[in-house]
Amino acid sequence: MIEMPIVDQEKCNQCGLCISVCTCGAIVLVKNRITIIETEDCHWCTNCEAVCPSGALTCSFEIVFEEE
Amino acid sequence: MTIDVVFLKSIPYFSVMSTAELDTIKQSFSEKTLQRGEVILLEGESSDTLFFVASGVVKIFKTSAQGKEQILSIAHLGEALNDIPIFDNGVNPISAQALGQVTVYGIKKDKLLSIMQQYPKVAINTSKVLAERMRQLVTLVEDLSFRHVLGRVAKILLNNAAYGVGPKQHLTQQEMAAMAGTAREVVAQSLKALEEQGRIRLERHRIVVTDRKALEDIVEESS
Repeated sequence: MIEMPIVDQEKCNQCGLCISVCTCGAIVLVKNRITIIETEDCHWCTNCEAVCPSGALTCSFEIVFEEE
Repeated sequence: MTIDVVFLKSIPYFSVMSTAELDTIKQSFSEKTLQRGEVILLEGESSDTLFFVASGVVKIFKTSAQGKEQILSIAHLGEALNDIPIFDNGVNPISAQALGQVTVYGIKKDKLLSIMQQYPKVAINTSKVLAERMRQLVTLVEDLSFRHVLGRVAKILLNNAAYGVGPKQHLTQQEMAAMAGTAREVVAQSLKALEEQGRIRLERHRIVVTDRKALEDIVEESS
């Protein structure tokens, strides 16, 4: 399973801004619901999170120390 | 092309006007649709048309002499893109680029000034909008005192990084911004700067601290 941005459907107002800025086709509207499609084309640009007016989309980072 | 009076009413500048009044001025507006990546305004050029976002989102940014881009904000529905050069007769202090498909409404400067003379309440409201914008920019300037923010972001990374197997902390840039007391865009800039300095590596869904000692030094210097 590929890590993908997460959408909180309770906060989402289906404005579609995330879809308009996504360059890899990972975000679609299915039956009036923003849906994330797993794809390795997602390079974690986080533009979807940046433009969401309701904070419904999150692109979290795991923070690790590099192993020596 | 039909200019939407309901949308015009939602633009802060014109929110004080009645629907009937907006109906009389809507002919002064033009509409333009741009595709993702299209540049709406260029830093350094003059503007004779004030643009408002009617749909989509617009990236507002500056470009350094070395070509480095600094995102100042994301403009959403109803926000003006270039009021500064319209009102002070200078050049655009920023560039604006469509992040997805974007529609903007434009009004020529002379028509806007004419509306303000005809409806002084619009001029008063515009002052209020500009004052609110100034307040936001003052906060951003404060945050962009980079040394301090870089130190706070470095500290957040050090406090939340983990080794090897076991539970790892996951943070969004918005969460880091809240923890650092700054804006999301400033966190994004800070992470980019730390990566350019070779202190961290940004991967898909992961921040790898590659130089722990250097981050500790940054925290030390900024305290």
